[in-house]
Amino acid sequence: MLGKLDWSAIPFDQPIPLIAGAVVLVAILAVLTWVVVKGHLPYLWSEWITSVDHKRIGVMYILLASVMLLRGGSDAIMMRIQQAVAYQSQGYLPPEHYNQIFSAHGTIMIFFVAMPFVIGLMNLIVPLQLGVRDVAFPTLNSVGFWLTATGALLVNLSLVVGEFARTGWLAFPPLSELSYSPGVGVDYYAWSLQISGVGTLVAGINLVTTVLKLRTKGMNYLRMPMFCWTTLASNLLIVAAFPILTATLAMLLLDRYLGFHFFTNEAGGNVMMFMNLIWAWGHPEVYILVLPAFGIFSEVVSTFSGKALFGYRSMVLATMAICVISFMVWLHHFFTMGAGPDVNAIFGIASMIIAIPTGVKIYNWLFTMYGGRIRFATPMLWSVGFMVTFIVGGLTGVLLAVPPADFMLHNSMFLVAHFHNVIIGGVLFGAFAGFEYWFPKAFGFRLDERWGKLAFWFTFLGFFITFVPLYIAGMLGMTRRMQHYDVAAWRPWMIVAAIGMAVLTIGVICQIVQIVVSIRNREALRDRTGDPWDGRSLEWATSSPPPVFNFAFNPDVRGEDAYWDMKARAQQQSLERDRPEYQDIEMPRNSPTGFVCAFFATIMGFALIWHIWWMVILGGLGAWATFVVFAWRDHDEYVIPAEEVAAIDRVNLEERRDLVSMAGTV
Amino acid sequence: MAMTATAGHAHADPHHIGVVIEHPGPASKRIVTAYGFWIFLLSDIVMFSCFFAAYAVLSGQTAGGPKGSEIFEQRNVAIETVCLLLSSFTCGMASIAADVRNRFWFYLGMTVTCVLGLIFLVIEFREFADLVARGYGPSRSAFLTAFFSLVGCHGLHVSAGVLWLLTMMAQVFAKGFRADVLRRIMCFALFWHALDIVWVGVFSVVYLLGSAA
Amino acid sequence: MNLLDPQGPVAAANSTILVDSVFIMLVIVVPTIFAILGFAFWFRASNPKARYQPDFVYSGRVEMVVWAIPALTVILLGGVAWIGSHQLDPAAPVPGTGSPVRIQAVSLDWKWLFIYPDQRIATVNTLTVPAGAELNFQLTSSSVMNTFFIPQLGSMIYTMNGMVTKLNLRADNEGKLKGLSAHFSGDGFPDMMFDVNVISPLAFPDWVAATAKSDAVLNEDSYRKLMQQGIEKGKPAYRLEDPRLFDLIANQHIPPGPGPELISDAGRPHSGGHDAR
Repeated sequence: MLGKLDWSAIPFDQPIPLIAGAVVLVAILAVLTWVVVKGHLPYLWSEWITSVDHKRIGVMYILLASVMLLRGGSDAIMMRIQQAVAYQSQGYLPPEHYNQIFSAHGTIMIFFVAMPFVIGLMNLIVPLQLGVRDVAFPTLNSVGFWLTATGALLVNLSLVVGEFARTGWLAFPPLSELSYSPGVGVDYYAWSLQISGVGTLVAGINLVTTVLKLRTKGMNYLRMPMFCWTTLASNLLIVAAFPILTATLAMLLLDRYLGFHFFTNEAGGNVMMFMNLIWAWGHPEVYILVLPAFGIFSEVVSTFSGKALFGYRSMVLATMAICVISFMVWLHHFFTMGAGPDVNAIFGIASMIIAIPTGVKIYNWLFTMYGGRIRFATPMLWSVGFMVTFIVGGLTGVLLAVPPADFMLHNSMFLVAHFHNVIIGGVLFGAFAGFEYWFPKAFGFRLDERWGKLAFWFTFLGFFITFVPLYIAGMLGMTRRMQHYDVAAWRPWMIVAAIGMAVLTIGVICQIVQIVVSIRNREALRDRTGDPWDGRSLEWATSSPPPVFNFAFNPDVRGEDAYWDMKARAQQQSLERDRPEYQDIEMPRNSPTGFVCAFFATIMGFALIWHIWWMVILGGLGAWATFVVFAWRDHDEYVIPAEEVAAIDRVNLEERRDLVSMAGTV
Repeated sequence: MAMTATAGHAHADPHHIGVVIEHPGPASKRIVTAYGFWIFLLSDIVMFSCFFAAYAVLSGQTAGGPKGSEIFEQRNVAIETVCLLLSSFTCGMASIAADVRNRFWFYLGMTVTCVLGLIFLVIEFREFADLVARGYGPSRSAFLTAFFSLVGCHGLHVSAGVLWLLTMMAQVFAKGFRADVLRRIMCFALFWHALDIVWVGVFSVVYLLGSAA
Repeated sequence: MNLLDPQGPVAAANSTILVDSVFIMLVIVVPTIFAILGFAFWFRASNPKARYQPDFVYSGRVEMVVWAIPALTVILLGGVAWIGSHQLDPAAPVPGTGSPVRIQAVSLDWKWLFIYPDQRIATVNTLTVPAGAELNFQLTSSSVMNTFFIPQLGSMIYTMNGMVTKLNLRADNEGKLKGLSAHFSGDGFPDMMFDVNVISPLAFPDWVAATAKSDAVLNEDSYRKLMQQGIEKGKPAYRLEDPRLFDLIANQHIPPGPGPELISDAGRPHSGGHDAR
């Protein structure tokens, strides 16, 4: 009746996950109770959970990422402490627990922090920058988000019901095959990624279509803000790469569930095929993450330098070059598998070639600052911090692309330090910069600068204190994923890294404090103009937060940096002079399709993990029925009457007129 | 308003992009839907290509089990292929019928498409059941693993297609040729034709090359 | 285990390439970092001396330089990578003095088995080699993937079940080194560190002779016992009964090692790690 599930699945003998799970459960229940008692549930349901508004969905993506960042961060803290104490001892985490933690840390940080964070920012901003009212497929957008949330839920469920994978975040066979990992850990891993992978694919298709087909009048390709370009590149990569992940995990699951022989030791299975397939997805994946971050830095550097982006065409070219080349380098993840020297050298050089467009980007940001009038608001701090950090990560990356160097450094702590260097220094700094930069747009008030700067400095320093020791440990021969070790020379560096982790944690706390303080002082920090940073692209042309329809009129774009151009024009003519008559606006209706579909996906995923077949069928039927019901509805849009649009827009214009007169003095 | 062909002042064109054609604005809903679905189909084809790649890698790994030439039945495959290709034609007829709002021809075209799809599925299912009964199931060898997965993945897509087809017929019955229903019919047609293209690949790579070996 | 303190020609060449590549890149990277910090500081809004040039957004010459700098660096490094990959191919022989020593390494769950087919001996978790001699490694795995790595001797390589990888090394100085598995392989993974004793070529035959007197015999039966999951704290040595044992493992004549034993049907299997501790 319940498949493999019974009471022994609950880890009563392991206090740490049990307590952690209990705390999370209590917290969730407390929040739910508060929501219900205070009567917020109808509001949450109608305005957020069922919302198909790209801005709301973007915010929910970012919220999910932030919560999961805390979970993944706790894993990181536990790992750093373990390695600091586990010298000639077992430390405080037994191997089967430690191995789950590093697997969960990697999985969560990539799939449920970095991905939702960048997808959230793209969702929130790209339609605004393109000057349109929503993404191409608003309801599917909601489905995509909720499926991602399902994946995150399943990963966290593994904390208290069963176990998570003990194989590392890519679950290499044959270790992840049924014979060597008979538990449900790998199943949790694979099904949560399959489900959230569908969500990611949907988001990718949606954003590609949005950028290519939904741009406002005059928004030619070469007038799009840089963030739209990197969004396009990143989502093209999602569309081309995520199906590979889906297929690869499907093969692994077939091996585990039905006794297939894709990657088994027996009957002619081929583990090297897994390595090739997973990295054919895995390498583009890192560019999926970092390209949007590059876009954010381009926006931030240009805005805060008070200049258009230097070498815009070069930047576009570099972005698309990275997009294409990223598919031709996957083999550098296993130079040590014994491929011949020709193959290794070709892929090594191909990997270095990616450094060229990336280097060009760094120089273009540099020259954007040159001759600028730089304001060091928090987003700009993150951007300059990124440039310095990322260049170090780029150096070590190119070093690892030299096969003979990789023969010494492969899988070492040096490698761990390298990819944290690019993912924290690139993606996370980018996400934080974007968060600080666009927060006023999403919520209508700015974030507290003092706490923001503190957060930056602690994170920046904490990053170096944590990861420079790992670079050194790697040079001392230390490999990754060691639950304990007997080499005295490694120990001091592990202790320093643990201290660095503490500093990083302070950075994260500062960020939480920053949000709390800002919410409390929101009246003082209110952004009435919609343009708090003297911005250049169209998202600043509407109010903060924008009305549900974004723009009363689809803007007419006449050049790059569309809003900057409008502001410059407005010095001669008042903003509303050439405004035509207000018209009714049709917007898509909210729909619970995404939430209900994710509910059934959760049931189905859980049932698949525990082999509860009747429940699998139930979940599958439910999901299909949800879509049929959605397809059957008669009214998928509602109309906002022209008078209402006019009223909302006039308020915005009143506020804005003051700003324009001020901007006129620039 | 003079900003059409040659960008007048440096603000609008600092990078000397020069003569541009103004983007006319957002595309129509029909275009957007079809375009998005095309992109989905491309991603689906990427997924198929992984199974093709796995088949190419593993096709020699028979682990003492049968080779392709020993288990493939040319006659069945030929019937399957004819069914699918014909169904593409009838699917096209149904699309045209939908465009001219002709219910009778639409139902007829869809029904024939559905029947042909089901014949295909029955033949494939019997082929699989027969192989499993002879002890040549997917667990027998890596070659059979790859064979069952690739062909089975296509079969699953056809099954999903049949389910979708029936849903669309029901929807036309209930709602008529509404704009959103027509968009879905267009997507379905794209899907069905894409499956045909994939089948041509399966047919060539698996059955033709396999029988020859 | 310092990578910059190589004890053999392969490690020395690897680390030279490593250090050279870093210096080539530092030539570009250091000025760039200073430029970033310098530009950011000088063009701060509060600096009245900095000239505001909002129209400086395009310059063909600058673009030219900006593409050329990373391109030239990569061309240079690409040369290093191409030549290095060919010279340091793990499968390429590393000439040494005396006759080459053939060693067949098998990664087990979770220990290393070193078979000396010509000497008819085998050891677990200890690798003893003569200084200066060419070492020809053939490697495979009894179960999951591992990576064979002796940091101070250089290049690492994967071990995979049903496959043989090749590696050639040489140890130049007598002494004790450490080796490890550099690819995560399960609960006992951190205990896969092994000792490497580099002894004088003259002492090597004596060591072989002494080991060959061992009571323990390595044959198919004892190998099957050895490949059960678990950690080996001692350093057993064996007389090798059949010099073809490695081939039997590599061509899967001996089936792959078993995984953990399940004690219940529940989601969490009994872990090998418990025995490990």
